[in-house]
Amino acid sequence: MNVHRTLLTAGRVLAQLRADHRTIALMLVVPCVLIGLLAWIFQDTPVFDGLGAPLLGVFPFVVMFIVTSVATLRERTSGTLERLLTTPMGKGDFMLGYALAFGVMAVLQALVATAFAVWVCGLDVAGPLWQLVVVAVLDALLGSALGLLASGFARTEFQAVQFMPAFVLPQFLLCGLIVARDRLPDLLRPVSDVLPLSYAVDAMKVVTTSAAPGGDVLGDAVVILGWVVASLVLGSLTLRRRTP
Amino acid sequence: MMNNVVEVEGLTVERGGRTVLPDLSVVVPAGQVVGLLGPSGSGKSTLIRTVVGVQVVAGGTVRVLGEPAGSPDLRHRVGYVTQDPSVYDDLSVRANVRYFAAMLDAPRSSADDAIAAVDLTDHADALVGRLSGGQRSRVSLAAALVGDPELLVLDEPTVGLDPVLRRDLWGLFKRLAAQGRSLLVSSHVMDEAARCDRLLLLREGRVLADATLPDLLQRTGADDAEGAFLALIDRAEEAAR
Repeated sequence: MNVHRTLLTAGRVLAQLRADHRTIALMLVVPCVLIGLLAWIFQDTPVFDGLGAPLLGVFPFVVMFIVTSVATLRERTSGTLERLLTTPMGKGDFMLGYALAFGVMAVLQALVATAFAVWVCGLDVAGPLWQLVVVAVLDALLGSALGLLASGFARTEFQAVQFMPAFVLPQFLLCGLIVARDRLPDLLRPVSDVLPLSYAVDAMKVVTTSAAPGGDVLGDAVVILGWVVASLVLGSLTLRRRTP
Repeated sequence: MMNNVVEVEGLTVERGGRTVLPDLSVVVPAGQVVGLLGPSGSGKSTLIRTVVGVQVVAGGTVRVLGEPAGSPDLRHRVGYVTQDPSVYDDLSVRANVRYFAAMLDAPRSSADDAIAAVDLTDHADALVGRLSGGQRSRVSLAAALVGDPELLVLDEPTVGLDPVLRRDLWGLFKRLAAQGRSLLVSSHVMDEAARCDRLLLLREGRVLADATLPDLLQRTGADDAEGAFLALIDRAEEAAR
């Protein structure tokens, strides 16, 4: 681990993203469009206030998952990863560099999406707004970390893209948005208790419905962060200096 | 100063269920440009991957600069240029070389020197993705040169380059060797043999010859490396009968 190499790697990944205006636009605009659509189809009903915030956590999670897994897969297939691993760079430098770069994008994305949801779509938030932003950033970071992990198991772009439904949709079905988590079948409830998106959605719900959500949100945030760290560590184990 | 920068003994490598290198033993002397020549599929890239320590090996020992191949200490001392340019298409030439300089703990200023060495100063601010194939492979070379390696391992660095550029690159390799560096350069183009101080001819994972070009020509009575290569194959097949 080396702070200098980690920061420069993050800077390099951001410089690559900056050259790709369309990807940046998609990362910032797509969550807003989805939230806008949701507010529109549920206009004049209270549904958006209940569903808007959780989905504000889910959309960045999904977008970041895809972008990160494809970006790191590209690094593997182009041979740059193999080259980097012949240099003194550590595997942790690589993983953290990516996590930091996409963390910066996550902050941007969360700020834009939250602002849009609250000020344009009129999402009612009972708790402090900054907590909503922090949880959205954590959710996006979680997407990045899981994307980094998933890309370790993908050999081709086709596989990488399909990891999205494989990793994300089961979590989405079990996170409590479709059926409340305490009403899930007995076997699925403990699964839902382990999966990180459940906590992401839970935290968003709490911030929007409770005026002083501090403690509950903190608990959820710790679980999400734990998953982020675990995914990064596991992901760095999938990086091999020697390959067959 | 050590005599051999690479010492391979009894190396066996299997890839995809096939034995690519069966029990290979070979040395690369220091301070020279050693050409690793052979047709595609002869095991050149596998041997090169083994020397830089990215290949899983089934058996044998590989020592590089006195250390086991792939040991952490070598990451500063061995430069590796892959067959396909492994650089970032969406960054400029300078951003690429500076990034690899930082990963190799080289000073920032060394990036411009490395870019000049591969004759890309005029394109330093261009995006790598916009460059021609030959230019991109030179960016890849600069990204290895920037770490000032003692041993430079290059996998087919001159493929697809025009004759002038090829001559210039071989000139650069000579200069690097004259500064005391060692180079292992693979090629499937036999006429590049004339540019190397020493040749390793590889075929089907076995060393056909390990000699200088004049020695090789004398031994086989051939006019050029290609002829010598064919003569050696014929002899080996006769001996096998």
